[in-house]
Amino acid sequence: MAKQLHDFQSGQRSNATMMPFAQMLSEQQIVDVVAYYASLPATPGLGGEDAAEATLKRGEQLAERGDWSGYIVACKSCHGPRNQGAGEVFPGIAGQHAGYIKAQLQAWKAGARSNDTQDLMGSIARRMGDDDIHAVAVWLANQTPATH
Amino acid sequence: MLRQSTYAVLCGILLLSVNAAGADETTQESIDTLAALGYPTPTENELVHIPPTMEDLAEAKLHPQLKRVIRRGYDLFTNTQQLRGENVFNNMNCSSCHLGAGRMPFSAPIWPAAVTLPDFRGKNAHVNNLEERIAGCFTYSMNGIPPDYGSDNMLALAAYHHWLAKGVALYPQQAIYGRGFPAPDRPEELSYARGEAAFQVKCSVCHGANGQGLRVDDQTVFPATWGDSSYNWGAGMVRLFTATGFIKNNMPLGQPNSLDDQEAWDIAYYMSSQERPQDPRYTGDIKETLEQTREPFHKHSLYGQVRETDGHLLGAHRNLGGKPFLKPDTVRARTFE
Ligand code: HEC
Ligand code: HEC
Repeated sequence: MAKQLHDFQSGQRSNATMMPFAQMLSEQQIVDVVAYYASLPATPGLGGEDAAEATLKRGEQLAERGDWSGYIVACKSCHGPRNQGAGEVFPGIAGQHAGYIKAQLQAWKAGARSNDTQDLMGSIARRMGDDDIHAVAVWLANQTPATH
Repeated sequence: MLRQSTYAVLCGILLLSVNAAGADETTQESIDTLAALGYPTPTENELVHIPPTMEDLAEAKLHPQLKRVIRRGYDLFTNTQQLRGENVFNNMNCSSCHLGAGRMPFSAPIWPAAVTLPDFRGKNAHVNNLEERIAGCFTYSMNGIPPDYGSDNMLALAAYHHWLAKGVALYPQQAIYGRGFPAPDRPEELSYARGEAAFQVKCSVCHGANGQGLRVDDQTVFPATWGDSSYNWGAGMVRLFTATGFIKNNMPLGQPNSLDDQEAWDIAYYMSSQERPQDPRYTGDIKETLEQTREPFHKHSLYGQVRETDGHLLGAHRNLGGKPFLKPDTVRARTFE
């Protein structure tokens, strides 16, 4: 989260709402706000409640096993067991809001989000169709998020 | 659902010469995907086989018990860490090196073993069947000891290999498209320093600055590229051209063929210049071990050679990684006399 706020400040990640607010934060304020959010209980994400079973099945496949016929590597390969995050770099994505995951994948696909120096996410997102982006987003939203 | 065909290249158009049918659409789509990712397209007369998926298994007309066993094989292949401490003594899953659960061309797809064995194998100089081939990967790549021949786990793994080979004729005469980890031509000189720098920029975010990998909740997310938790000095991946071929065709994960040839060789040279657990064929003396294994194997690795940066003699140690024994007794000669 601290990295994302810094990236909004520097413009490597862009969002009309977030950028002006991020600019206003001092280093200490970023540390404090990250600590606050880390202390909140984790709750499942919204936006995947009424997804069709077939969509969820496809989403699960993409997240857990990938679809190598289209060279779409499983989310889990980097985001860790149950997609709850791995190490410092790879964030937990289980339980995030479906709309959020979708918007980020679309932003990477379109090249609008570029705060990943190796373009690891862009490489995958560009191979995903809109249906796959939707499916993986709603499946992830239905999973238990990481606890801190 | 037969996805196998012999390709004849004519006037730049791929013509299907056998099994030409709508069923080959999947094969063509896969080849198009691979070509877009920078892989070569099949050459004339290469055997092309795109293995069925686990989704296909659900639809397949097979005995439900067999489906269960194949699923168990898939589960063992992709989560081999469930055998940690029993058969596996490092952080690898079989799918750590055989990407896409062993189905992907240019990532040493595993099905060729099911249709080309039993055959003579130079590495151990006798005729091996599929189980012994799988045992080899347990002994070296997993720094472990294979499940017993004929055991439930061995049978399940073998069944998974056979499932992926579905529809391919035994003992094919043609070369197999995408078999192994084909390496680009070796450039004139290899650089440890350039390899190290490139590893730090392109690989360390996942594999760690010291190649240690990353485990979360006792599961491997990123396998170790060297050190105690990696494959041992007897594994196929220690051969420079194999490591280069693996890296060029498969890494960084999700970005195959993104490194140039020199870069892939330099990184492989750097990676292969690091320590890892002892070769199970070790006799107690590195010179002697090297003499016995050089011709079929170590002439392609840096085992027993002096590392140029600090004079360290690679492989001159008794470190077995996480394993309490040197050599499983399945490593033995067979003569049939
Ligand atoms: C450290 C990487 C690594 C791991 C882990 C690994 N392998 Fe392999 N495997 C290789 C290499 C390298 C080859 C040889 C490829 C070549 O021909 O160049 C190979 C070849 C094979 C083959 C023969 C393929 C052919 O074309 O005939 C089979 C079968 C196989 N492995 C099965 C397994 C199984 C089962 C496991 C898990 C128990 C496993 N491998 C784990 C690296 C690995
Ligand atoms: C985005 C993360 C990521 C990056 C970057 C990455 N790898 Fe990997 N690598 C993986 C994963 C994950 C696997 C295991 C494949 C699997 O489990 O699906 C792997 C497997 C491997 C293996 C075989 C298993 C082992 O650890 O020996 C080697 C060798 C390897 N990578 C080398 C490299 C090299 C060299 C680079 C840089 C050019 C690189 N990787 C970049 C994630 C990554």
